[in-house]
Amino acid sequence: MRAIAKDRVAGTLGPLLVIALFLVGWQWYATHGGPGNDVLPPPSRVWEQGWAAHADLWANAIPTLRATLIGFALSLLIGFLLSVIVDSSRLVRRSVMPVLVVSQTLPLIVIAPLMILWFGFELMPKVLIVALVTFFPITVSLVEGYASADRDAETLLRSMGAGRMRIFRSLRFPSAMPYFFAGLRIAITYAVVAAIFAEYAGASEGLGIYMQLAKNSFRTDLVLAAVAVSALLTLILFGFTYVVERLTIPWLRLYRRAQASP
Amino acid sequence: MSAEENSIVTPRVAVNDLNQSFGELEVLRGLSLHANRGEFVTILGPSGSGKSTFFSVLTGATTPTSGDILVDGSPLSASGDHLAFMPQKDALFPWRRVLDNLTLGLEVQGVKRAQARERVRPLVPVFGLEGFEDAYPFELSGGMRQRAALLRTVVQERDVLLLDEPFGALDALTRTQMQAWLEKMWEEFRWTVLLITHDVREAVFLSDRIYVFSQRPATVVAEIDVPLPRPRTIDMVTDPIFAGIEAKLLKILLENPDMSGEM
Repeated sequence: MRAIAKDRVAGTLGPLLVIALFLVGWQWYATHGGPGNDVLPPPSRVWEQGWAAHADLWANAIPTLRATLIGFALSLLIGFLLSVIVDSSRLVRRSVMPVLVVSQTLPLIVIAPLMILWFGFELMPKVLIVALVTFFPITVSLVEGYASADRDAETLLRSMGAGRMRIFRSLRFPSAMPYFFAGLRIAITYAVVAAIFAEYAGASEGLGIYMQLAKNSFRTDLVLAAVAVSALLTLILFGFTYVVERLTIPWLRLYRRAQASP
Repeated sequence: MSAEENSIVTPRVAVNDLNQSFGELEVLRGLSLHANRGEFVTILGPSGSGKSTFFSVLTGATTPTSGDILVDGSPLSASGDHLAFMPQKDALFPWRRVLDNLTLGLEVQGVKRAQARERVRPLVPVFGLEGFEDAYPFELSGGMRQRAALLRTVVQERDVLLLDEPFGALDALTRTQMQAWLEKMWEEFRWTVLLITHDVREAVFLSDRIYVFSQRPATVVAEIDVPLPRPRTIDMVTDPIFAGIEAKLLKILLENPDMSGEM
C-alpha cells in the first residue's frame, strides 16, 4: 500500500518538477540575452498575454474541441467497423490491412488542403482528418485484442454451443478492451493536433487558424499560448480515457493489481 | 462382470473405433471406450498422448477422421449439447464476476440472466463459493477457481461431464484436497464423468473404471476396474487393493512406449 502511494507521488511530482525546471531555464534564457520577445518570449509573457487574450483563445478552442470530438467519435466507429472486418477472415485481413497501412503514409500536408478543397471550410474536412489520423491505432489495438482471446475459453464457449457472434460478444470483444484503451490513448494524443492541422490548412475559426494569424502578426507569445491551450486539451482528453476505462472495465485495475502482488 | 452388464445397458456415452489424423500426424487410432450412466471413468495417459485431442473431438471443436460417438445410443449432434466441458486451465473470464462466470453456459443456451442466476445460486454454497459471488475470479484461490469452473460445468445440466486435467495446475496439497472434494461431490450428484489425467493416484482414487492410453497415436492399451468401496477416503491410498492398482497402472504406463512401437 505504501509502495503504491509512493509511486503515485513520484508519478505526479516527477513530471511537474521536469516541467518546472524547463520553464525556469526558458525564463532565465529569454530574459538574459535571449533573441527577444518576437522570437522567444519568456513563459511569464506567454502567460500574461495569453491570459489577456483568454476570451479569444477560449472562443477558438471550442471549434477545435468540437472538430476533435466529432472526428474522434467517427474514428471510433470506423475503427471498430474496420477491426471487425479485418478480424472476419485471414484473407480479408491480408487484403485490407495493407490498404489501412497505406492510409497512414499519406502526407497530411497534402491531404489537408485537398480536403478543404473538396469539403469546404466548415466542420467536415476537420472531422475527416481527425478520423483519418486516429482510426488506425484503434483498429490495430482492437484486432490485436481480439487475437489475444484465450484459446481454452473459446473451446469452452464452443462446447457450450456458442456461435461466432456469441464468441465475439462474450469473449473476443471483452478480451480486446485493455488493448483498445491502450490504442485509444495513442489515438487521442494525435486527435487535437490533427484538428489544429486541419484548421491551419483552412478554417474560419479554431486554434489552428488562431495560431496562423498570431504568427503572421509576429505574436509568438500568443502562438505559444495557443500551443499551451492545445496541450491542455490533449492532456484533459488523455486523462478522460482513464476515467472511461475505470468506468467501463473496472475489473482491469483490480486484475493488474492482483497480478502484480502474487 | 461389468462387461456383461454393459452389453445389456446402453452406455451413456460410447466411442467406437475413433480415428483422428492431422495430415501425416496420426493422433487417435481405433479408440473405443464407454461410460455408463453415473459412472466415473478416467482416461489415463502420458503427456502428449492425444488425450486433449480426444476431448476436443467430444466437444465438437475437432471433427474426427472416422468413428462414432454415441450418447444414449444416438450419434452426438453437431451442436454437441450433450457434454459439458471443463478445460485444463479454469478459463474463468476475468471481466465477469464469479456469479456471472457460473451462469455463462446457461446464458449461451439462451437462459435469461436473472433466471440463470436463480438456477446457479442454490449450488454456490454446495461448491464452497458462498460470499464470493461478487468477487472477480482472480481474487479467488486456485482451489476455489477450480470449484467455480466445475460448478460452471455442472449447471449446464448436460449428460456427461468432461474434465480435462482439472487439478493439473494446483499445488500437491490443494490437489489432494480437491480430489477428496470432487469424490464427495460425485457421491452426492452421481454425474457421468469422463476425466483426463496423467496422475495415477488421482485416477485410482476417483474412478470406477480407468482406460489407459498409449503414446501417440493414442489407443486404449488397458481397461481397469477399481473395485474400491465408496465413499472413498484419503487413507484408502494405503489399502493393498489401491496400491496394487496403482502399481499395475504405473507398470503399464512405463511399458507403454514399447507397446505403441509394436502397433
